[in-house]
Amino acid sequence: MSIIDWFNQREKIEDRSKKLDIPGDLWVKCYKCSDILYLKDLESSKKVCPSCKYHFRITPEERLQYLFDSNSFEEAEDSIRAVDFLKFRDTEEYKDRLEKARKKTKHADAIIIGVAKIKKRTVNVGIMDFSFMGGSMGSVVGEKITRLIELALENHHPLVMFTSSGGARMQEGIMSLMQMAKTSAALQLLAKKKIPYISVLCDPTMGGTSASFAMLGDINIGEPGALIGFAGPRVIEQTVREKLPKGFQRAEFLLKHGMLDMVVERQSMRDTLAHLVNVLDPHRKPV
Amino acid sequence: MKPLDFEKPLDELYAKIDELRRLSAEGQVDLSDEIASIEKRAEKLRNEVFSNLTPHQILQIARHPNRPDTFGLSMLVFDDFVELHGDRQFRDDPSIVGGIAQLGTHRVMVIGHQKGHDTKEKIYRNFGMPHPEGYRKALRLMHMAEKFNMPIVTFIDTPGAYPGKEAEERGQSEAIARNLREMSGLSVPVITFVIGEGGSGGALGIAVSNRIYMLEYAVYSVISPEGCASILFRDADQANYAAEKLKITAGDISNLGIGDGVLKEPLGGAHNDWPHVSETIRSKINEDLKRYETMSPEEVFQERYDKFRSFGKFEDPVKA
Ligand SMILES: [Zn+2]
Repeated sequence: MSIIDWFNQREKIEDRSKKLDIPGDLWVKCYKCSDILYLKDLESSKKVCPSCKYHFRITPEERLQYLFDSNSFEEAEDSIRAVDFLKFRDTEEYKDRLEKARKKTKHADAIIIGVAKIKKRTVNVGIMDFSFMGGSMGSVVGEKITRLIELALENHHPLVMFTSSGGARMQEGIMSLMQMAKTSAALQLLAKKKIPYISVLCDPTMGGTSASFAMLGDINIGEPGALIGFAGPRVIEQTVREKLPKGFQRAEFLLKHGMLDMVVERQSMRDTLAHLVNVLDPHRKPV
Repeated sequence: MKPLDFEKPLDELYAKIDELRRLSAEGQVDLSDEIASIEKRAEKLRNEVFSNLTPHQILQIARHPNRPDTFGLSMLVFDDFVELHGDRQFRDDPSIVGGIAQLGTHRVMVIGHQKGHDTKEKIYRNFGMPHPEGYRKALRLMHMAEKFNMPIVTFIDTPGAYPGKEAEERGQSEAIARNLREMSGLSVPVITFVIGEGGSGGALGIAVSNRIYMLEYAVYSVISPEGCASILFRDADQANYAAEKLKITAGDISNLGIGDGVLKEPLGGAHNDWPHVSETIRSKINEDLKRYETMSPEEVFQERYDKFRSFGKFEDPVKA
């Protein structure tokens, strides 16, 4: 499955974020065009390379800061914790991997959920965190998404989800596969209640995440250049024994093939989301 | 047919028995005592081998080339079966077959993966790995089933949804995701039998069901043990170990609360006796249909919703 690719790239990815995280490191090399960027400039451009428009992967906090009204986010369900119920051990024990990821990200798992305001409109928001075990979906991610949808069923505010995930979390075996069905089933109830759901697919959105809640938005938005797909490029290349064309499985490719409504740059994402929330849900007053 | 690795010692004993029988028949000596004793040994060995199978050995049985398939079971389990084709959008995907069957007085919609047996059929069926149009055909048939109030039976046997170029272009993710959402909303009952390999999202795409039964030597997994081994262990040879860790057997799936029952296979595996397996499945369907006759569409929907809503293992100090 898709996870293969990010796993193989893991070193590279960690490298990428390390450069951004080290305090006092004032210069950053763009991953795509290799331009040397002044970190302050990169931050003021919402971590989009001014030269080539490469969208750096960002933390949930950064996403909240860039897109939502300041300090409007109220986190929900932050006490749910993953358990190593299969006693899973690969090169490392699952519980140790969890511990490391919690330390690194300061988050309990690969998603934060809650309510936030965007231009004074309240929305239910979920933001996945790729730096937490590749944003993989296990029981906790599935449960939090489901509870967020249930919250939307109660408060009737639109749902906005930002996905960034390699797919299902292998360390929880079949239980992580079932999260795909659980979250999609909850979205069925949301659709019946006619509550808008906007899915923003960020880099990367693959495997079990892509093949469930991520693809089910009333409106699907891609971040420029985001890798989005079911199977990972490497697996596909091995299967079909040919090199994939440039841009394959990128957001622009999915737009062309009819899977996304639009590709929106981070600079205009806030305006776009605010507008869409308003047109989909015009009768509700800003709260 | 080539025996599976762990069946080899058994196969040797059976070969010996055949050889002795041939000698006996030629009339030179009476070997009935020897034959009886070897038969006894073979029986004992068979019991031993099959009561101590590792998950990896079970996986081999699940993938046996002569494993009962959707087509065979549609013919054997039901009184008749009319195949229906196509997703009405792009093409007919032979990796998933579907159609209307009768079972006594019941009409049911049958949908399942079809891997194929010989090389030619395997290629035609794409080894049971559907493209998006396979899932879209399945969904079309499920909506038809709902329209005409027919219960749905699905048979699961796939290595996974096809990881190919065109599959991605046509929206493999979207097709599976849509099925998960739509199946959860169906007003008719869905009964699923994992008959061979339950390969990840490719299996789940037609398995959001009220009831999930596993054949004794079927498996259901989030990723193939080979895939898991090469990603997590960086070593494909660890597939044995990965098969154990992932908890993929019928027993595991039931213990985790996902499977609703393990259906006993004939000794040596279902590939030895398709009619036996069909009878087991038929009586299970009959039993379930009787129960669903007493339930309203809302109750049928709610049963399935509650089942999937409950899946997940985590700590929650607030709600504990
Ligand atoms: Zn750049």
